[in-house]
Amino acid sequence: MSELKLTNLRKTFEKGTVNAKVALDHLSLTVPAGDFITVLGSNGAGKSTLFNAILGKFRLDGGQVVLGGRDLTRLRDYRRALNIGCLYQDPLRGTAPHMTLEENLALAYTRKAKKSFFAVNRRDTAYFRDLLRTLRLGLEDRMKTQMGQLSGGQRQAASLLMATVAEPELLLLDEHTAALDPETAAKVLDLTRSIVAERRLTCLMITHQMQAALRMGNRTIMMNKGRIVLDVSGDERDRMTVDDLTRRFRQQSGQALDNDRMMLEPV
Amino acid sequence: MSIMSLILSALSQGMIYAPMALGVFIAFRVLNTPDLTIDGSFVLGMCVCAVVTIAGYPYLGILCGAAAGALAGLVTGLMQTRLGVNAILSGILTMTGLYTVNFMILGGQSNLYLQRAAVNAQGAQTQVACDTMYKDFRQLLVSLTGNRRLDNNLSALIVTGLIVLLAAAALCVFFRTRTGMAIRATGDNEEMVRSSSINADRMRIIGIMLANALVALSGALLCEQQRYADLTFGSGMLVVGLASVIMGQVFFGQRSVTLGIISAVVGSLVYRLILQAAYKVDMPSYAVKLLSAAIVLLALTLPRLKRALAERRAEREA
Repeated sequence: MSELKLTNLRKTFEKGTVNAKVALDHLSLTVPAGDFITVLGSNGAGKSTLFNAILGKFRLDGGQVVLGGRDLTRLRDYRRALNIGCLYQDPLRGTAPHMTLEENLALAYTRKAKKSFFAVNRRDTAYFRDLLRTLRLGLEDRMKTQMGQLSGGQRQAASLLMATVAEPELLLLDEHTAALDPETAAKVLDLTRSIVAERRLTCLMITHQMQAALRMGNRTIMMNKGRIVLDVSGDERDRMTVDDLTRRFRQQSGQALDNDRMMLEPV
Repeated sequence: MSIMSLILSALSQGMIYAPMALGVFIAFRVLNTPDLTIDGSFVLGMCVCAVVTIAGYPYLGILCGAAAGALAGLVTGLMQTRLGVNAILSGILTMTGLYTVNFMILGGQSNLYLQRAAVNAQGAQTQVACDTMYKDFRQLLVSLTGNRRLDNNLSALIVTGLIVLLAAAALCVFFRTRTGMAIRATGDNEEMVRSSSINADRMRIIGIMLANALVALSGALLCEQQRYADLTFGSGMLVVGLASVIMGQVFFGQRSVTLGIISAVVGSLVYRLILQAAYKVDMPSYAVKLLSAAIVLLALTLPRLKRALAERRAEREA
C-alpha cells in the first residue's frame, strides 16, 4: 500500500508532425495509499496513455511519477513492474498461452518469491493453490493446464491473481472486464473488489461503464484531452447518478460524452 | 558397407548434429525467434575448435568452440535488444560478419586440416594427425574391449551420445529453473515477462547465446570427427536443423519443452538415417540441401494442405 503521486505529466505523440496529438496535458494526480479510483473518459481521452506513463512504456516529455516515495520517472518498465500490477482488456495480453497455469503464476511471483532452484516448487505451488481456491472457479485443480486452454474469463481471473500475487503497491486495471460476457465480467469485478479490499491495494481502474465507475472504489475521475476534468469522492460521489456524471462532464469539458461507448446499463 | 555400418555412420553423424538441432529448437521454438546467426556460428565453432586442437588441446577446443558460438549469439542478441535491429536481419549481419572472422581464424584460408608438422624417424619434415577427442576415446574403447577392429562410427556415436545426453539433460533441468522458465515465457509472451518485472531483453540474449553455443558445439564436434574445418560448411545448416526439429515433432509433438528437447535429438538422428537411405538409392550428395529444403517446406505447409483438403471435402458433401 503506497501513495502514487503524478506531477505535471506531459506527452505529445508524433510531436512536430501534422499528426501531433497531445495525450497528456500537464496532468497531476495524487492517489493516497489505499485509494481505489475509477477512471472514465471517452476514446482518446488519455486514460490508457496515463497508465502507460505510470508503467514506463514510453518516455514522458516532462513530469514525475512517484510511487511510495520512490521516483520512478527514469526507471525502465520492467523495473517499475516490481511494485505495479497491471491487467488489460485482452486476457491474452497478460499470460503466456503455451505455459501452464502454475508456470504462469510462478513467473509472475518470481519478483517476490524466495530463492529456489526450480521455478515451480512445492512451497509456492501450495500457496498458488490456496489463492486459486479463493476464485471459486475450480482452477486449483487445473494448475497443469496450459493457459491457452482456459476460457477468457478463467484467464482473466488468473491474470488478476498474477497481477496481485507479488503483492504490488499499485494495481492498474485497464477495462479488464470489457472483453468478457456480462456474467463473467460481474464475477471478475467481484473478485477485483475483494482482492483490492483484502490486500488494501492502491488501485486505478479504467472502465467505460459509468454505473460501475460510481459503484466501485471510493473516488472517480474523468479525463478529457489528456487532462482530468472531473474528480469526485465522498458524499458528493455517493449521491451521484449517471445522469449527473454526464451533465458534469459536459459542463467541465464543454462537449458531450460519446454515449455509444459509454454503456449505461447497470452492472 | 554393410547395412549395420551404414546405420551406425548415419547415427553417429546424427548425434554430432543433435546439439545443432537443439540450438535451432531453442531459437525457433522456445524463443520464437528466427535466428540466422546459426549458419555462421556452426562454422565458428568448427574453426575455433580446429585452431585450439592443432595447438594440442582437443578438449579445450570443443569448449572454446561452444564458447565462441555463445559470443556470436551475444552479438546478435545485443543487436536485437539494445539496437532494436529486426531479428532476421541481426542474424544475417552476424552471420555475414562471421565469414570474415572465420576466415581470419583459419589463418586466411578456406579450410584447415587437423594436423601438425613433425619430424619422422628418418629426420624428414612431415605432417601428423593431431590428437582428437574421438581418437582418444576410440583408443580407450579398444583397450577396454580388446577389439582392434572397432568401428570408428560406433565409438564416435558413443562419445557424442554421452555429450548430447548430458547437454539435453542439463537443458531439461535449466528450462525448469527461474531463468529457464523466464526464457520460455519470453518466447511465449514477452510483454507478460516484462510486466512480471523480469528483464526480457536479458532473457532473450541468454537464450540466443545458449542456442548458438549448442550450434557451435556441433561444429566443434564435427571438426574433430572429420579432422578438418571448412568455411563453406555452414551454409544451409539452419534448414538442416529445422528439418530435424520438425521431424522430431512428428514423433513427439510439441507439448512440453522436455519433449521438444528429446524430439530435436531424435529428429536429428532420423534426418541422417533418411539421408543415408537416400544416398543408398544413389542420390548425389549435392542433392542434400534441396531435399532438406523440400522436407521443411512440406512440413510447414502440411497443416495448411490438410485444412484445404478437409474444407474441399466438406464443400463437396454439402
